[in-house]
Amino acid sequence: MNRRVKAAPYLFLTPAIVLFTLFLALPVCYTFYLSMRRVKVSGLGLGKGSRQEIFVGLDNLAAAATDGELWAGWLRVLGYGALVLIVMLGLALLFALLLDSAHVRLARFSRIAIFLPYAVPGVAATLLWGFLYLPSLSPLRALLDVDFLGATTITFSMANVAVWGGVGFNMLVLYTTLRAIPRELYEAARIDGATETQIALRVKIPILVPAIILTTVFSVIATIQVFTEPTTLRPLTNTISSTWSPLMKVYRDAFVTGDLYSAAATSIVIAAVSLVLSFGFLRVVRGRAFGEES
Amino acid sequence: MRTKLLGVAALVVTLAAAGCASEGAAPAPEATQAAPQGPVKLTYWTWAPNMDKIVAVWNQEHPDIQVTVSKQAGGDDAAAKFLTAAKAGNPPDLVQAEYQHLPSFIAADAVADLTTAAAPVKADFSEGVWGQVTLGTDTVYAIPQDSGPMMLFYRKDLFDKYDIAVPKTWQEYAEAARKVHEQDPKVFLGTFSSKDPGAFTGLAQQAGAQWWAIDGESWKVNVADEPTTRVADFWGGLVKEGVIDGMPYFTPEWNKALNDGKLLTWPSAIWAPGVLSSNAPKAKGKWAAAPLPQWKAGENFSGFWGGSSVAVAAKSKHQAAAAKFATWLNTDAKAVDLLVKEAAIYPAATKGQSALTEAPDYFSTQPDFWQQAAGVAAGARGFTFGPNVGVTYNAFKDSFDKAVQARSSFSDAVRAMQEATVADMRKSGFQIAP
Repeated sequence: MNRRVKAAPYLFLTPAIVLFTLFLALPVCYTFYLSMRRVKVSGLGLGKGSRQEIFVGLDNLAAAATDGELWAGWLRVLGYGALVLIVMLGLALLFALLLDSAHVRLARFSRIAIFLPYAVPGVAATLLWGFLYLPSLSPLRALLDVDFLGATTITFSMANVAVWGGVGFNMLVLYTTLRAIPRELYEAARIDGATETQIALRVKIPILVPAIILTTVFSVIATIQVFTEPTTLRPLTNTISSTWSPLMKVYRDAFVTGDLYSAAATSIVIAAVSLVLSFGFLRVVRGRAFGEES
Repeated sequence: MRTKLLGVAALVVTLAAAGCASEGAAPAPEATQAAPQGPVKLTYWTWAPNMDKIVAVWNQEHPDIQVTVSKQAGGDDAAAKFLTAAKAGNPPDLVQAEYQHLPSFIAADAVADLTTAAAPVKADFSEGVWGQVTLGTDTVYAIPQDSGPMMLFYRKDLFDKYDIAVPKTWQEYAEAARKVHEQDPKVFLGTFSSKDPGAFTGLAQQAGAQWWAIDGESWKVNVADEPTTRVADFWGGLVKEGVIDGMPYFTPEWNKALNDGKLLTWPSAIWAPGVLSSNAPKAKGKWAAAPLPQWKAGENFSGFWGGSSVAVAAKSKHQAAAAKFATWLNTDAKAVDLLVKEAAIYPAATKGQSALTEAPDYFSTQPDFWQQAAGVAAGARGFTFGPNVGVTYNAFKDSFDKAVQARSSFSDAVRAMQEATVADMRKSGFQIAP
């Protein structure tokens, strides 16, 4: 009887463990395994037996971690990410507060209109904007004499696509949190003589901090993994290289230049950077956000 | 609670470790030639249009060998997909292989040796094409299907308007570029695409480039040879001068320029009529084809852009049957005729080329289109592709993207291609001749 009771938790855990092992632990493990191997060719490399897989230990990882092109990619993504994070989350917060305020008109329509771009798949959104950026096709060019696909403007053009697609989702997360705040808090503030702006700044935003942190972590991770926008825009312009973002380098190594092993090693480096950045961010803000809970 | 968690963690780690071990020791399927039970079933990856109709003819005549077409997206992605499938152990029996990708397939040990099956059909192909499927060795790795000799496509009506003659040499082409651009700064004689390494390869071949060669047991790699540097500097100079545009091919913007008459020429391959008719439908009947301009007046050279062969997977269980189908498809008179009519390709088999008589609809104003093409094809020269063309082509895109953007030296870009190619081959361990 006692034995059976002891076994019960494991039984309940089995589905989760099996799924976790099959679809997360094993692939991760296999990626590590691949990253420690390489193809060694002898002679011409043609015909049977001229190439074999060998074990190279951490060589690939070391090469990936010290690859200048990868770090240049991180820098580009850093600039792009800073733009996206600030503008996207700023707009999301602003829209959420506006929609939640008592004086807003057409709230339902605005909410849906702001959210709608999120429903457009990334590739479609990027193509749509890509067409708007192309010099001879763009109606925007008639208004603004800017080369949207130039060497410096390209970062802004790409960030614009991400912001356009991402504001709605983040706005919705913040807005939902706002709706859950008891109305009495606002009444109390109003009785104390607070204006709508003061309520927003002193009551709503402090309560929103955990939700803002959540959306920031999601956005940081999404930014680190940026791939769709630059890959889709690349055929249209000379300004995006095949290693523009770290994930593009993984794709290039694996499927363009046929080096699965380097791609695996670079993936591990990217995963490590993502972990450090997202957990680092959480650690920095934890005291502020979840202070009263821990 | 703590110990239980540890127990779970230990279980996960053990399972994961077991997974690792089994991944490493995955058994490779044997390529045995077992006697088939019932009809042999073959799968065939191709992106040629209407191939299913052609295969239906074969299936009707050969009840013992049934082929199923699996339609693919073409280009570099298709090559990556085949290599991945071969590595995973479940490739199709037959695959359409572009000439530049075939060496990568061979190097990955992904395609079968067809020397015996192909011996009887060698005479059906020109020497240049045959070299593409043997890499200049005695082993045959694929059966040639189509080829893409390059020609100069130009706007006849606008050539009259800007008062320029069809350029016979690249020197004349450069002068025409200046003359056109001078008359209308929005109009260009042509554009240099940094997205299409295949086009650049063909132009380099025309000039006599030999990027790879097999020398005994080692590779000779010479991407930055004299002819290639000459071609690069020619285009680089014109782009720098601003008389040749730098927009890539196959973009919405390029389509618009073609439709609006802002681009007057396109040095392209024999399959260009298909592209032009779908990308620039408005200009139908206004384009004409001529041989590529030459480096020396009076010569008749061309290069290849594109073209593909049919290879048999090394892991196919029915290699003999697959080879039989591949040779039928590309050399049988009826099959080649179908390839021309249904799949709209320019056949690699020489007898198929002479069967082409009626000019493409888009070029209906040029009744001698195919005679022109045959003349060009006769002078087209290719070279042996190396085992890591993917790396070379990727380096082309990255370095020429930058060079076009900055209007900097194109021959530096070519040297970057050479360096990337050699570095990758050295890293893999290929023997490289000094």
